[in-house]
Amino acid sequence: MAETTVASKMVTFIITRQDKPESQAYSETFKVPYRPNMNVISALMEIQRNPVTAEGKKTTPVVWESNCLEEVCGACSMVINGKPRQACSALIDQLEQPIRLEPMRTFPVVRDLVIDRERMFSALKKVKAWIPIDGTYDLGPGPRMAESKRQWAYELSKCMTCGVCLESCPNVNERNSFIGPAAISQVRLFNAHPTGEMNKEERLEALMEDGGIEGCGNSQNCVRSCPKGIPLTTSIAAMNRDTTKQLFKKWLTV
Amino acid sequence: MKGNSYFSRKLHSLVGIIPLGGFFIVHALTNFQAFERGPEGFQNGVNFINNLPLLPVLEFVLIYIPLLFHGIYGLYVAYQSNSNLGRFKYGRNWAFTAQRVTGVITFVFVFWHVYQTRFQVYMGNISHEELGSTMNHIASSPLVFTLYVIGVLAASFHFANGLWAFLISWGITVGERAQRVSSKICMAIFLLVSALFILSLVAFRGDEFKEVADAVTAVRSLL
Ligand code: SF4
Ligand code: FES
Repeated sequence: MAETTVASKMVTFIITRQDKPESQAYSETFKVPYRPNMNVISALMEIQRNPVTAEGKKTTPVVWESNCLEEVCGACSMVINGKPRQACSALIDQLEQPIRLEPMRTFPVVRDLVIDRERMFSALKKVKAWIPIDGTYDLGPGPRMAESKRQWAYELSKCMTCGVCLESCPNVNERNSFIGPAAISQVRLFNAHPTGEMNKEERLEALMEDGGIEGCGNSQNCVRSCPKGIPLTTSIAAMNRDTTKQLFKKWLTV
Repeated sequence: MKGNSYFSRKLHSLVGIIPLGGFFIVHALTNFQAFERGPEGFQNGVNFINNLPLLPVLEFVLIYIPLLFHGIYGLYVAYQSNSNLGRFKYGRNWAFTAQRVTGVITFVFVFWHVYQTRFQVYMGNISHEELGSTMNHIASSPLVFTLYVIGVLAASFHFANGLWAFLISWGITVGERAQRVSSKICMAIFLLVSALFILSLVAFRGDEFKEVADAVTAVRSLL
């Protein structure tokens, strides 16, 4: 049968592993039977079912994170053959072998391929990436957004906080407190919203603190890496413009 | 006004262009007089600068202080980055790393160059009229000439690419097309300014500067 001939083909993985947050990283090689249309997650599931290395040694199953399996949640981000991307949309047929999997080391490694993206969520809190509408009475409908604006704002709303842009940024590292591209683009998104705009200055101020927007060094790797095609460098430049205006406004008024 | 990194980084970007970038262009054009008009042309340029009013104040406020701030803070900015060219071989990422590398080279080069020229005038070892012959000495040694070419290439790249980044950091070029066009213009500026400097270095090697140098030594020995 066709299936048996296909199953004899093997896919090789070299995976960077780490048992605990503080422990040393090491690498292990696995051979997984090839199936048509498989992706990195289905291969990891195979390793989980049969955690034996290429040398035949029994080992612990490789740990990873995933949820949506359709590139919208961002949980499965890892470094695949040197590039940060989502494992669920990384098709084996399109990858060069052996396939190397590593965690995104810009973030603290929890175990194997699992990382802690907490800094991204605290960044969103820091810049107040939400629209405050809660009150004690119904405020009624807010102002409408122009369709021309909605079109580009929608693109920014596709961000899934996956962390790929931070991983690709040379200025996000342990010597630098740069907030990273994703949160800056979210400031642009929420400041573009007709109701969100009412708290625009608070968000700009958050970008004008230590480790804010000034940390961008214009390597522009982020815009080339974002899986959602978000125009991050345009967002950063637009926020550069708005924070510059905010700076002069503060100097010249009051 | 907040004394935070947003403000210092913004100021760092600004003084790189105004006044430092402005001075850099004036310097390139003055030197180029050596190529275009020979020793007298260069001397006229030097004289013009030396006849500016309040020169010591101008030098400190528009050159030395901004230069020290930009240089030292720039070293810190370079230290804060992790070049990842191995993984991301994109043109702009090359420029990012090159901006930091050329910044460090320029920092060292500027100190050395100021020591060899302006500082010697301060010390009274040479006069303004002798700068042409000093440059002749400098440019005649093949090793020093090569180091100077590296220095001016680094400085020109750092200036031109820094101009591109300045336009973004101050929110002037926002869209992708604007940034692409400005990057082409800035690379043209890099080529142009480096050509001006290298041609002047070549001109300084010429015999006419040597003759001026000889004449000065001759007059010296007579006095
Ligand atoms: S901007 Fe793009 S790369 Fe960055 S976190 Fe959002 S989706 Fe991921
Ligand atoms: S599992 Fe959600 S993006 Fe891959």
